[in-house]
Amino acid sequence: MSEELHDVRLTVNGASHEIRVPARRLLSDALRHDLRLTGTHVGCEHGVCGACTVLVDGEPMRACLMFAVSAVDHEITTVEGLTHADGSLSPVQQAFAECHGLQCGFCTPGFLTTITAGLRDNPQPTHEEARDMIAGNLCRCTGYQNIVKAVERAAELGSEARTSTTGGAS
Amino acid sequence: MTTKLMGQGVQRVEDQRFLRGLGRYVDDVAVEQQVLHAAVLRSPHAHARILDIDVADVLDVEGVHAVYTYDDLTGPMAEPLPLLIPHPALTHGRTQYALAKDEVNYVGEAIAFVVAEDRYVAEDAVARIRVDYEFLPPVVGIAAARAAERLVHDDVPGNVGARLEQEVGDAKAAIARAPHTLSLDLTVERSACMPMEGRGTVARWDPDLHRLQVWTSTQSSTGVRAAVAVKMGLGLGQVDVVTPDVGGGFGVKINHPWPEELLVPMAARALGRTVKFTEDRREHFISSAHERGQVHHIEVGFDDDGRLLGLDVEFWHDHGAFTPYGLIVPIITSTQLLGPYKPQNYRVVFESLYTNTVMVTPYRGAGRPQGCYAMERTMDAIAAYLGKDRTEVRAVNFIQPDEFPYDQGLIFQDGRELEYDSGDYPASLEKIKALVGWDEFPAFQAEMAAQGRRVGIGLACYVEGTGVGPYEGAHVHIETSGKVKVATGLTTQGQGHATVFAQLVADELGCPFEDVEVVTGDTRRMPYAVGTFASRAAVMSGSAIHLAAKRAKEKVLKIAAEALEADEKDLQIVDGVVSVKGSPGTSIDLGTVSVLSNPLRYAFDEASKAATQFSVGDPGKPPVPEDEEPGLEGKDFYSPERATFASGMHAVIVETDPDTAEITILKYAVVHDCGKLINPMIVEGQIHGGVAQGVGGALYERMAYDESGQLLNASFMDFLMPYVTEVPDGIDVDHLETASPLNPLGIKGAGEAGVIPSAAVFAAAIEDAEGIPITAMPISPSELFTLRQEHSS
Repeated sequence: MSEELHDVRLTVNGASHEIRVPARRLLSDALRHDLRLTGTHVGCEHGVCGACTVLVDGEPMRACLMFAVSAVDHEITTVEGLTHADGSLSPVQQAFAECHGLQCGFCTPGFLTTITAGLRDNPQPTHEEARDMIAGNLCRCTGYQNIVKAVERAAELGSEARTSTTGGAS
Repeated sequence: MTTKLMGQGVQRVEDQRFLRGLGRYVDDVAVEQQVLHAAVLRSPHAHARILDIDVADVLDVEGVHAVYTYDDLTGPMAEPLPLLIPHPALTHGRTQYALAKDEVNYVGEAIAFVVAEDRYVAEDAVARIRVDYEFLPPVVGIAAARAAERLVHDDVPGNVGARLEQEVGDAKAAIARAPHTLSLDLTVERSACMPMEGRGTVARWDPDLHRLQVWTSTQSSTGVRAAVAVKMGLGLGQVDVVTPDVGGGFGVKINHPWPEELLVPMAARALGRTVKFTEDRREHFISSAHERGQVHHIEVGFDDDGRLLGLDVEFWHDHGAFTPYGLIVPIITSTQLLGPYKPQNYRVVFESLYTNTVMVTPYRGAGRPQGCYAMERTMDAIAAYLGKDRTEVRAVNFIQPDEFPYDQGLIFQDGRELEYDSGDYPASLEKIKALVGWDEFPAFQAEMAAQGRRVGIGLACYVEGTGVGPYEGAHVHIETSGKVKVATGLTTQGQGHATVFAQLVADELGCPFEDVEVVTGDTRRMPYAVGTFASRAAVMSGSAIHLAAKRAKEKVLKIAAEALEADEKDLQIVDGVVSVKGSPGTSIDLGTVSVLSNPLRYAFDEASKAATQFSVGDPGKPPVPEDEEPGLEGKDFYSPERATFASGMHAVIVETDPDTAEITILKYAVVHDCGKLINPMIVEGQIHGGVAQGVGGALYERMAYDESGQLLNASFMDFLMPYVTEVPDGIDVDHLETASPLNPLGIKGAGEAGVIPSAAVFAAAIEDAEGIPITAMPISPSELFTLRQEHSS
């Protein structure tokens, strides 16, 4: 009894990877164990906790609810891909560091990807919108207080970055 | 002069790897290699005899390497798992086998262990194992356990694992004489730690070195190491346990060894391959541990001021199917129930009961939330009976600041006297009243009532014994690069130890914070350690690290004084450079001092030339002075006489919907006294997390077992852990810093505090809003709705 394997080309953080996997291989497992991108974490494997959230064509998706074979032809971004090319932290990552938005760090990658997409769509969220942005992810350590602050701080950092790159004066 | 880092909200160093996705958790270990993956067949029945296990179909599955059942275990592996904390009162302690022998006692108990090419295949194989069971009637819940019409273990009469009584004075007589008496019955249901990362273990046997390397997501690496060595018949020196990054613990990972922590190393050695087990979420619900389930009966006698004259508490603790962690949880309830108060006469007795459910190990707070709930609800009941303000009744019962040290006359969880070291409860009460707006609340309540809205306020006080022994140790090594490598043996699961411990070292040594690197939970670096529990890491390892850094500093000054031809007393260390005070030109950096500390025959680089035999040393003296060792290191241990007692008070204002009975949090306030703060940012983060878990425990989370012992809500779909939408939008925190006299830094533990008063404080606030006694927690809107109907009819 041997399983049929499929050749799959995954585009992750701008790089193309060829893997050979069974149809049932979850995207989360393919990222972690085949591509060795272990920044994406698995907290429940039933799509509730959000720790495995990655961006698929820019949209937050649960990697544990998607098969690797379904990810062909899509651009996937994981937490590793949020860091700038020069190794510096993105505004969302930087805000988490400044605001103590993480403790054990296990749920953090899912929050970072979710908020990155959220702030792209809504760069200046109100306080309520900032809370709403993270309302689909579970964290057992922080009580969310500092994660909400980090969303608001990331919005500030993003807006500062846009101002400086466009040369605009405030 | 460098600013002291103690007390500063220094940003965490560990965040840099976590934020980049470069953390290394146990399931990330060995990901570059072709490792084998394990899956476990778990009992689908709560109570059954195993008649036969048929694994014949399993080895046909392509990719399966091995399958183990109890019959494959030999020697110590075939004996029951250790009873970690024996106690004379635990007359009927029982632990499970690594794989079930003859009988299963809870849904989730491990029966067979399969190792395969990947987890998918291993699970396929598990599904092919056939087990014949003879069903036995299960015992579920405290009422059934007490009724004892059925037994969990045939040889444990009455399902009673332990009965423990402690008494100070004569409680019954005092209650009989008291002008007023009340009795209360209070229950708390089960919940669980539920870290985002479950359990996991990886092991690799090195046939060249005859050494076993184990990575495991634990709160006690030295404990796992000792257990693995004993069970596998290896010398302690043949086993290394490394705790990688851990995705939360909250107590559940202090239990050890889990069956998989033994089976993975066993299989790795037998198969000559690296083997990995990673628990999935359903497994975590049904095969790790729960806590909190208790029923309490309280009799209290008091005077006209509400002063306690006698307190008599009986409670029943549901410890599940086995007792590997002994009686720690109910002992803590029975002692910490007293909180900041001094009843004149106190008797407490508990029974720890078997049920056919997942076993119990400490969950953040570890019995204190139940004790606080029992005591604080009693205070509220006394105030209601006397028509007094709830804060006044508490205030007359407080231990006063000038009464410390205060001996409660009981034996605590560490086998030592329950003696509080310091505290200032009246000051905390003033702070919490101001923070929540206690005195202004009645006007607000009336104003809301006029609008048809129901609001209520609750307050609860607690004392938490933190930093229990026996000890922790630390090793500080200043390398020739000037970098400082620090090791302590307890583990880290999100507390920011690498940051706070580096703060302490930088302060003591006078080196840059950035030059300090802290390693925790690696038995190769510090083989003597206990573990991370009981809010003890900062107190125990913090103190040990402070002392070890002091020793390293003494050595620095001695060597530098000789090199600079100066008096030790005239030296200072600033930014990693030792210099003579007042003449900054006369200086030597820590790296060079490290070079000089280790007399060499062989140079290996430019710096080390300075320490070779023709360069340094007085030819008339031995190169390493008597009573000295080569190398610039400091090692020390901290072992306090007893725990240090932190304290705090929480208050909450809730609104209950008159139609739907939905409970909304309007304000949450915390006053917290954990002695001197090392890093206030991290302490506040701990409080926030505790409060959120407390909200979950008070309003949402429960383990829904049915009468046959099936856990009906074993997923995140059904077990309602709070999202951001369930926690308060803002938590007001104020600190008191009453120093502990027991350790050099004056610190007390902070990790668990945030969760302790929640059941008490929410029950009080809902009762205040509704005018209905709240005696069972957690409480859901539908339960509150039902209570309303009962009380209106």
